[in-house]
Amino acid sequence: MNLRRDVFQAIADPTRRAILLLVATQAMTAGAIASNFDTARPTVSKHLQILTECELVAQTQNGREVYYHINAKNMKEVADFIEPFRQMWDDRFNKLEAIMKTYQTKKTT
Amino acid sequence: MELKTKISAENGQHDLLITREFDLPLELLFKAHVEPEIVAQWMGTKVLKLENKKHGGWAFETSDANGNVVFRADGVFHEFVPNQKITRTFEMENAPFGVQLEFLEFEKLTEDTSKISIHTVFKSGDLRDQMLRLPFAQGLNMAHNRLQDAANKLK
Repeated sequence: MNLRRDVFQAIADPTRRAILLLVATQAMTAGAIASNFDTARPTVSKHLQILTECELVAQTQNGREVYYHINAKNMKEVADFIEPFRQMWDDRFNKLEAIMKTYQTKKTT
Repeated sequence: MELKTKISAENGQHDLLITREFDLPLELLFKAHVEPEIVAQWMGTKVLKLENKKHGGWAFETSDANGNVVFRADGVFHEFVPNQKITRTFEMENAPFGVQLEFLEFEKLTEDTSKISIHTVFKSGDLRDQMLRLPFAQGLNMAHNRLQDAANKLK
């Protein structure tokens, strides 16, 4: 299995990215995570399963509850994790450029 | 397609440099960083405060479709020189990354093109790497996509 490619596939999905954001600063139960989404609970469970398989999130048992937390340890080198960050800035800047081009046209006409 | 945005972050260092050239005159590139409505559009976040002056404050906040705040960041301007540079602090709330110092430099290339360089300094290399590890970056995009969806519905 190509883990690296799978990681990027995993984060390509907006709901999974949202889940990663949620568990980045605090461990949460599947129920608490699901309450943040309009999607059905089983769908969120499926996303959690994929994230767990890709080792992006890990589970901890606490009494009867299972908590999910972030686990980014498998992306150790900067080169591995800089690409999504660069993509985010590129998207933002592309948007900025498009907005200002429209702005410019409006101003000159 | 080759990304126009370059990021340099050396292993073990506690800073990073983002550079990007735009097909925009310098003035428009700078304006996109100071007009709250425009910043909100491309950053994909609500702009709560943007006092563009030395010692002025700024604050951004992003909510998900259910109104839960998923991202909030704020800081203070230390330098504000129109069409040249902005120096400011940046801190994400409820995140363990500490305060960052950001040096934004705006440069004219030709009449119609310009360049931005954002040099971000973290307290430590570890903090930098933690923040770069996907979730926040991806989460921001997620929040942005949701805002975009919301905006499209309003049209």
